[in-house]
Amino acid sequence: MTRAALSTPTSAPAKSIPMSVRILLVLLVPALLVPFFPQIAYPVFIMKILCFGLFALAFNLLIGFTGLVSFGHAAFFGWAGYTTGGLMIRYAPQGLPVEVAILAGLLVATAIGYVIGALAIRRTGVYFSMVTLALSQIAYFFAVQAPWTGGEDGMQGVPRGKLLGFVDLSSDTAMYYFVLAVFVLGFLAIHRIIHSPFGQALKALRDNPARAISLGYDIDRCKLYAFMLSAALAGVAGSMKALVLQLAALNDVMLSTSTEVLLMTLLGGLGTGWGPVVGAALVLTLQNHLAALGGVVTIIIGFTFVVCVSFFRLGIIGELQAALQRRDSKKKHAHASPLVETHGETSGR
Amino acid sequence: MFDISMNALMAQLLVGLINGCFYALLSMGLAIIFGLLNIINFAHGAQFMVAAFLAWMGFAQLPLLLGPEFKINFWLALILAPLIVGGLGILLEKTLLKRLYHLDHLYGLLLTFGIALMLEGAFRHFYGISGLNYDPPELLRGGIDLDFMFLPTYRAFVVVFSLAICFITWYLFERTKLGALLRAGTENAKLLQAFGVNIPLMITLTYGFGVALAGVAGVMAAPIMQVNPLMGANLLNIVFAVVVIGGLGSILGAIFTGLALGLVEGLTKVFYPEAATVVVFVVMALVLLTRPAGMFGKEK
Amino acid sequence: MKLTHIAACIASCLAFGAHAQVSDNVVKIGVLNDLSGVYSDLSGQGSVIAARLAIEEMGGKVLGAPIELIFADHQNKPDVAANLARTWFDQEKVDMTTDFPTASTALAVMEIAKQKNRVTMPSAGLATAILGERCNALTAQWTTNTYALAAGTARALVKEGKKSFYFVTADYTFGHSLEKDATEVINHDGGKVLGVSRHPFPGGDFSSYLLKAQASKADVIALANAGNDTINAIKQANEYGITRKQVVAPLLAYISDIHSIGLEKAQGMYLSEAFYWDFDDKSRAWSRKFFEKAKRMPTSAQAGVYSATLSYLKAIEAAKTDEAGAVMAQLRKMTINDAVIRNGKLRADGALVHDMLLLEVKKPSESKEPWDYYKVKAVLKGEDVYPAPNPACAINKS
Repeated sequence: MTRAALSTPTSAPAKSIPMSVRILLVLLVPALLVPFFPQIAYPVFIMKILCFGLFALAFNLLIGFTGLVSFGHAAFFGWAGYTTGGLMIRYAPQGLPVEVAILAGLLVATAIGYVIGALAIRRTGVYFSMVTLALSQIAYFFAVQAPWTGGEDGMQGVPRGKLLGFVDLSSDTAMYYFVLAVFVLGFLAIHRIIHSPFGQALKALRDNPARAISLGYDIDRCKLYAFMLSAALAGVAGSMKALVLQLAALNDVMLSTSTEVLLMTLLGGLGTGWGPVVGAALVLTLQNHLAALGGVVTIIIGFTFVVCVSFFRLGIIGELQAALQRRDSKKKHAHASPLVETHGETSGR
Repeated sequence: MFDISMNALMAQLLVGLINGCFYALLSMGLAIIFGLLNIINFAHGAQFMVAAFLAWMGFAQLPLLLGPEFKINFWLALILAPLIVGGLGILLEKTLLKRLYHLDHLYGLLLTFGIALMLEGAFRHFYGISGLNYDPPELLRGGIDLDFMFLPTYRAFVVVFSLAICFITWYLFERTKLGALLRAGTENAKLLQAFGVNIPLMITLTYGFGVALAGVAGVMAAPIMQVNPLMGANLLNIVFAVVVIGGLGSILGAIFTGLALGLVEGLTKVFYPEAATVVVFVVMALVLLTRPAGMFGKEK
Repeated sequence: MKLTHIAACIASCLAFGAHAQVSDNVVKIGVLNDLSGVYSDLSGQGSVIAARLAIEEMGGKVLGAPIELIFADHQNKPDVAANLARTWFDQEKVDMTTDFPTASTALAVMEIAKQKNRVTMPSAGLATAILGERCNALTAQWTTNTYALAAGTARALVKEGKKSFYFVTADYTFGHSLEKDATEVINHDGGKVLGVSRHPFPGGDFSSYLLKAQASKADVIALANAGNDTINAIKQANEYGITRKQVVAPLLAYISDIHSIGLEKAQGMYLSEAFYWDFDDKSRAWSRKFFEKAKRMPTSAQAGVYSATLSYLKAIEAAKTDEAGAVMAQLRKMTINDAVIRNGKLRADGALVHDMLLLEVKKPSESKEPWDYYKVKAVLKGEDVYPAPNPACAINKS
């Protein structure tokens, strides 16, 4: 099976620094210099990419490594944002530390993740996805009805507060380094999860649930934990985004955000280490630059979906990895896809 | 909250029934497509919308281009638009969808989702979002004065015609030889192919048929909803819930659930209208937890 | 004597030059609205054209600096709007932003603009909060507000003897604002609200709500919603024969909506507007210029963008600077009288109090050309229909 080609190598004992982390270190250099060159890389935009990149990485944990397709991730992203934003607006003037607000966002997202996850994992495949869709629509409904979220107007003017009590985050530069640090931590956390025994269990249950059960894994428990972890990290991303842009709005809990993160992950590469971040950067850049063109953006996004799904299923990073693999092994392999039929064997083309 | 007269309640139930007919038509198309192709046709709403636009274009724009003799009236549109949309569906199936059959359901879903976005974006770009006017045909204007409400004739027609289509489709699939072949195909395609049945052709035509059903619904919806690029997307969320509740692959389930949910929605609008969009999802979540294959579906 | 004269001249010229500062040597206007979504017809590209007309009228220059225009689609999302605004302020040297259909986008940008000392002039953006808890000194809500719209229509109807009302309200802040403001006016004038049906936003099929409204036997069915919702509700009210016995009153309807519904179904309805292209010669002249470029008659939101842009540029000229605070102070000193706004005075809290129009939709037989849709029933004085300063607004507290 060509699955091995898709995820970062895990078989070799970690004596040397893994590829994903190496890439992280390399990218860190220009990343640290961004605030000094605001004309080339606008810091607020980069921060947005980092937040959505983390969101996509969290989503990828579920879809790429556990094989579960959730259509409701916006619920975690958005509600964490509302929680953090609401707390900051209400209590920051009285000295609430921003770390506490972010933690609260994480906890809320995890709690919602538990509820949705516990209900959804009872079914598999399409039904799983549809349950996540239904429950996230209910979460959206609550967001609309709850008066403190601001409804259609959204939650405006979220103060960024002070980090550790003294670093004033209202400066874009200070905020940028904070977001970068959180992103790096999040990335490393996900990396650690993927390469842990738990991560192996997840991959096992993605590839062949029946076999995983027969090996003694409690796959329902694994799925739920994976779901909650994914929700927690998506929540962190949402909380950070609310602080960066200083607002939380209904769009963050809408279906369109769930499908957006799906597109980012798909485009970048399901089951890869850096794919989701690349996808996030691309999609956000596209939206940014085509802002003046209106309906054309939707057409392009749709077209991207179609092309990705038809010809480009591994995503950008996935295709890159596969190409490198091909070049290395000089072997031909069948055109693969990260996900196969949950009914069992992969039928050949 | 409960101070509603019998008359008013009956009026609301009738309205719910009318909506239920649309749900039934659309979910029937989706159920058929999923039953045979295992594909969740996310483009169903967009295809519904395209048919409505075709009807409008035939009426409003074609005469400007080719001359007044070319005005396509409602009845003609009711036949032509579904054929065109169904044809486009077949084209889509033959070129793109086919390649994804051996993969996870997700890919078919995403492909059709992408198509839906492209269609919606394109129509948005050319026609804006405010909605275009499409009047019901002369024959069906005006209304019937029932005791408890004034029922527009056109809406009565929608009920009758939808139920007729539902019945015909059900009969086709459950009571004819062709239907038996199709149902056999959903259970064991390979075996059927071994018997000499042209499975790929069957699949293609089935997809076309399911899409054509959406087309019929689209033309019928045009006089009721303003013709706009988002009319399908708004409806599709509800219709998905209907299909999942009714059981993917069961036609009777789709019809019955569509009508029932229309009634439930109608009642919700009377007592707690803010929840009208959510009630369907709540029901869906509940049903999924107790009967995963839906009320009428077969466990796959 | 001559020498001192010359010296004085030179001195004052230098002084003039020193005071007439334009930041970055360019005055840049940003039109931020919905170019492709539910509100693209009432604002969209039309607003961009309107802003361009204002710039042309100023000759493309103010205080010696060129005037530039930038525009983008915020897709009715506050975070897209916030991001665009930040980029515009930090990197594109934008001095003023305008339009903002979907109030949450206006609120988001107002906040950022305040931090960065720029002017915001919502035209299509309507929410009580703009003049209420989120008001700021650098914002001018130009075209209208929810209270003025509601007051105009509701008051006129009660005066005609239609005293009982039933609301069909979009269940979001804008809808609630309209409903609340209208209810206040109705109760104050001796009318009565019999009930309300809140529909999800966006709604699709209004049959149930309209039938409930019909069952209530209210004189007026007031629609506290906008755009497609209003259009659909009116269409369906016709279908169910409701319009035969009850008056359907949209609390917010743009001429683009009436164009969509058609006079056949819309005839006889009352509505309040900030601007109608066929009001007088001045408005007609400008609107025809607009029509040449846009092929449609301007909606009040688009016309408002023209007026806001023009007034802003004139204020820069008079204040001799484009510094936000100074320009706002100048705007407050001016009485706005252009093709769109009449007798306009900008209040401290950001409300531009000006004449509103009470309109009745013509019968198809009365309409002589496309877009000839309204009869002007009355000109409502700003002081009569605009709300008193909102106590929730911090500016009003000082």
